[in-house]
Amino acid sequence: MREENHLTRPPESITSMVWRRFRRHPGALAGLIVLSILVLGVALIPLSPYDPDISNIPDRLQPPSREHPFGTDPLGRDLFTRVFYGGRISLSVGLMVVAITLFIGVPVGAISGYFGGWVDNVLMRITDAFLCLPSLLVLILLSAILREVELPLLHQNSVVTISLVIGLLSWMPVARLVRASFLAIREQEFVLAAQSVGASDLRIIVRHILPNAAGPIIVESTLEMAYAIMEESGLSFLGFGIQPPTPSWGNLLGDAQQHMTKYPWVAIFPGLMIFLTIIAINYVGDGLRDALDPFKILKRIGEV
Amino acid sequence: MGQYVARRLLQAIPMLFLISVVLFFLVNIAPGGPLAGYSQSRHINPERAEMLKRQFGLDKPLPLQYLIWLIGNDWMKVDADGDGIAESYGQRKGILRGDFGFSFQTRRPALEEIADRLPNTIYLMGVTLAVVAVLAIPIGVISAVKQYSAFDIVVTTFSFVGQAIPEFWLGLILILIFYATLNNPFTGEPLLPAGGMQTLGAEFSIWDRIRHLILPVTTGMVGWVAWYSRFLRSGMLDVLHMDYIRTARAKGLSERVVLYRHALKNAIIPLVTIFALDLPYIFAGSLYVELLFSWPGMGRLYYQAATRRDYPVLLAILIIEAGVIIISNLIADILYAYLDPRIRYDRAR
Repeated sequence: MREENHLTRPPESITSMVWRRFRRHPGALAGLIVLSILVLGVALIPLSPYDPDISNIPDRLQPPSREHPFGTDPLGRDLFTRVFYGGRISLSVGLMVVAITLFIGVPVGAISGYFGGWVDNVLMRITDAFLCLPSLLVLILLSAILREVELPLLHQNSVVTISLVIGLLSWMPVARLVRASFLAIREQEFVLAAQSVGASDLRIIVRHILPNAAGPIIVESTLEMAYAIMEESGLSFLGFGIQPPTPSWGNLLGDAQQHMTKYPWVAIFPGLMIFLTIIAINYVGDGLRDALDPFKILKRIGEV
Repeated sequence: MGQYVARRLLQAIPMLFLISVVLFFLVNIAPGGPLAGYSQSRHINPERAEMLKRQFGLDKPLPLQYLIWLIGNDWMKVDADGDGIAESYGQRKGILRGDFGFSFQTRRPALEEIADRLPNTIYLMGVTLAVVAVLAIPIGVISAVKQYSAFDIVVTTFSFVGQAIPEFWLGLILILIFYATLNNPFTGEPLLPAGGMQTLGAEFSIWDRIRHLILPVTTGMVGWVAWYSRFLRSGMLDVLHMDYIRTARAKGLSERVVLYRHALKNAIIPLVTIFALDLPYIFAGSLYVELLFSWPGMGRLYYQAATRRDYPVLLAILIIEAGVIIISNLIADILYAYLDPRIRYDRAR
């Protein structure tokens, strides 16, 4: 039946097949919906009637109500508004860290895996050294130092600073993964074919091997994003990350500690947002892992 | 094997050296340098700051400072009274001889500070990991054996939840429920304590100790149980399709023996190495758990040192932790080779 379809109908494009396979994973679909709502929320939050930063003491520590769905904080600010502004921080940090880990990890892994030899040896020893750093402790040290620094872009633990610091300490899994993929793919015949017609190394790496290694890299990126959001929240929770009054989920939780026994909502909602975001990203990653499985894709196309 | 271990240990030395250089320079290029933390705790004027700089040897070039930090300064004349003239031999022995300097905060040796806290962290992490093993192993095995059953679906969902729930939030919620909301119906006190290792001033009692462990251990274990049981589940699923399992069943062995003697023994090998890689946590502790539950351990020590910029203590913990990580990686590799005879390091290059 399938063979007949394959012959009579033009083969399905990879994108539509990945989407079809992805849709079949209920968790992944739910995760995608949660993330879409979150993105919509942080995009539309300026429409909120409340200001995220201006305090309004008479309204302090109100429980959740129709006017304040998440209640208000000790300074009377609407928590719903602040939580969604905090979401902007978390999503930005997540995306920036993924960009940084790809920016470092893909070239390191690609060069290492493609050329091998002493280049591979040097790059992998550096990767090992980074893996031996106690990452949370170094993160804290770096943010404690940078908290005091006034540099353009890097001032007082902005989103950029925090993302750079987290990214600098989390590109290693990407590098290792890319290296492993390159080691496997460079032995394939189409690489030999490209080499024999005189394609340059750069062209082979970027045009021939990298697209074939994209699946695992995309899945790994979702993990990195979840990890980055968790790390940023933790750092801000400890007071080393994003500095108040800028709200982030972590520093909202950190501030909540003093008040939460009497006013639990200040601690519940920011943490719930971290949890929902991470679990949604992880489910999307899981769905992508199934949908992008190269062996299953080849089988579908009928090449194996 | 012995040769392999020796080579790996030798490789670890340049690695540790590299890490120590990076960490030392990071701390010393911090604005205000290491003295920033010192002057933060005591107000001092600029002249006195200059004098302190000379006393601490901070006026010397960084590479020399690094050398002194590494091997000490008892071989060179130093300016002990800060008057600009080097008159006596130094006192420092350097980290290679176990001298990590003095805490800016307490003026005690950094190593003593660590020695005070380390047992508390090992105690908490030891109990946590024991509970993790007791829960994760049966959960992983059962959910693999009953794949796609209701139990398995619950476990798989839980493993996603457990890995996504932030430790610091879970701790807050547990405190909210078991300390702030629920009361002991007999005494009217909070159901469970939310801080410290034991009731202050009370006599030692094992029950009191256990009560103080419940919330921190629960907070710390959830992520681990989720991750380990998921890992073991997939390991078991791989193993259960093997021929030797079919053979064991065909021999008429009971299902229990097949699962726990034949299957688990093989499926647990990767988990053992993963566990070895997690060993550094036993030294460093869980920062969030120790902070939330005022546990006087290593994580809290590091946090306090970072907020007060107590650089000698920070550096000591970082270097030792890096060493522990390197050794754990080595242990993981050796265990893997020892437990899985198919892997031979002598043959692999």
